[in-house]
Amino acid sequence: MSTIFGVPAPALYGQILIGLINGSFYAMLSLGLAVIFGLLRIINFAHGAQYMLGAFAAYLLLSYAGIGYWLALVLAPLIVGAVAVVIERTMLSRLYGIDPLYGLLLTFGLALILEGAFRYWFGAAGQPYAAPAQLTGALNLGFMFMPIYRGWVVVASLVICLGTWLLIEKTRLGAYLRAATENATLVQAFGVNVPLLLTLTYGLGAALAALAGVLAAPIYQVSPLMGSNLIIIVFAVVVVGGMGSILGAIVTGYVLGVLEGLTKVFYPEASSIVIFVIMAIVLLVRPAGLFGREE
Amino acid sequence: MSSAPLLEVRGLNAWYGESHVLHGVDLDIREGETVTLLGRNGAGKTTTLRAIMGILRRREGVIRLRGRDLLGLPLHKVAKAGLGYVPEERGIFASLNVSENLMLPPTVAEGGMSVEEIYTLFPNLHERRSSQGTKLSGGEQQMLAIARVLRTGAKIILLDEPTEGLAPVIVQRIGDVLVELKKRGMTILLVEQNFRFARKVADRFYLMEDGRMVNAFPGHELDARMDELHEVLGV
Repeated sequence: MSTIFGVPAPALYGQILIGLINGSFYAMLSLGLAVIFGLLRIINFAHGAQYMLGAFAAYLLLSYAGIGYWLALVLAPLIVGAVAVVIERTMLSRLYGIDPLYGLLLTFGLALILEGAFRYWFGAAGQPYAAPAQLTGALNLGFMFMPIYRGWVVVASLVICLGTWLLIEKTRLGAYLRAATENATLVQAFGVNVPLLLTLTYGLGAALAALAGVLAAPIYQVSPLMGSNLIIIVFAVVVVGGMGSILGAIVTGYVLGVLEGLTKVFYPEASSIVIFVIMAIVLLVRPAGLFGREE
Repeated sequence: MSSAPLLEVRGLNAWYGESHVLHGVDLDIREGETVTLLGRNGAGKTTTLRAIMGILRRREGVIRLRGRDLLGLPLHKVAKAGLGYVPEERGIFASLNVSENLMLPPTVAEGGMSVEEIYTLFPNLHERRSSQGTKLSGGEQQMLAIARVLRTGAKIILLDEPTEGLAPVIVQRIGDVLVELKKRGMTILLVEQNFRFARKVADRFYLMEDGRMVNAFPGHELDARMDELHEVLGV
């Protein structure tokens, strides 16, 4: 059997794939967090809960309405996005312009309530959610076997990240969003309905988290705590990439996912802390993050 | 003094937090006029513009555009009523390129300049349309800030110290642009410390001191009032 740096090649490829999958979720979630933080200056601690809601929405749509995976990919983000719009209008919008700590506390409280409620209803154990028939099985890549669903997740997340990036960098709506991130008052003085823009942005960020949740359902099972397990790492990714940097969130998500996978191969003991070690180093060397603008 | 004013401000009071900064400001601008606010630093000129735009929210009094009350409107509806704002700090966005900065403000009415006309008036902006907005020189940023509101069809532009910190040759160029805008019938409310610049374009002057209007006179009286102005403005 061939080895690379003394490690069997299939084990290495396997961990890189797992790293890419984890990185896909890091990227999609930190992207939403970065967009929300950039414009709303809200640290959205409910992001993990919104990811969990997306997975549960898919699970419940299937269990109670017989609605399958493909439609759930569209419906779950719409449902969670709509819930987020209501949260923004009724609660978050009262906290703009004051200490960001209040937004953090509110969203943290919301996350606890949501996760507690779902644990009460469904128990802490995960509910299985099958991948759609079209995406089951494995593909022989020559050097390894890759489960088709996992390949799909990597491709889908790349498309989602690229699409979001294009929306923000290349469209008129994205120009409003970027400009309002810099100076919301002036953008509003030009006649842009900035309060509506804030609402839509929070809805979009939550919908992205929910979309990631649906993609995750067949891989990780649907459990009330699936989001809180992930969100701490995602916060580290956002800090490393630079708060508010879209491209930084995406690139850092994939890179840290793969680095974490490689650490599992070469020094497994460190694999659960490697991301936080990198975060600490980045904070020391470049406090604004790798892609952040120094202010 | 025959036609009704396009913009009418009556008894405008405004506050920054607890501090009362405008005290009963009255101001009229008729269609096609260029009116200049003079006054020392801190006299309340910029504050007057910000209060008219609604950026400064704590206000009392009357602000009417063509008889329509602006005081009750949310900030984003004021531009739609026909006001274009060019802030003192210019407000060019670093994360947008020149062309995106130019296209940012939504159209508020028919009759704005086309992008071609704007690029003819400001050829530098066309050359640098793909550059990051804040990579432009100070003068180019000022031109971009002005060009940006000409596209929207705004009826009145509020122009806050367009010549501040710029080289004489650029000041000259901006003066030419304002003369050209005047010819096209644009209504302009200009805040300017440099009244040698303002005299080229202003039809009337208002003089502010400590948040109050203390004097108003037509442009042709400027020379006769030089001594008085030197005293009030301390220049």
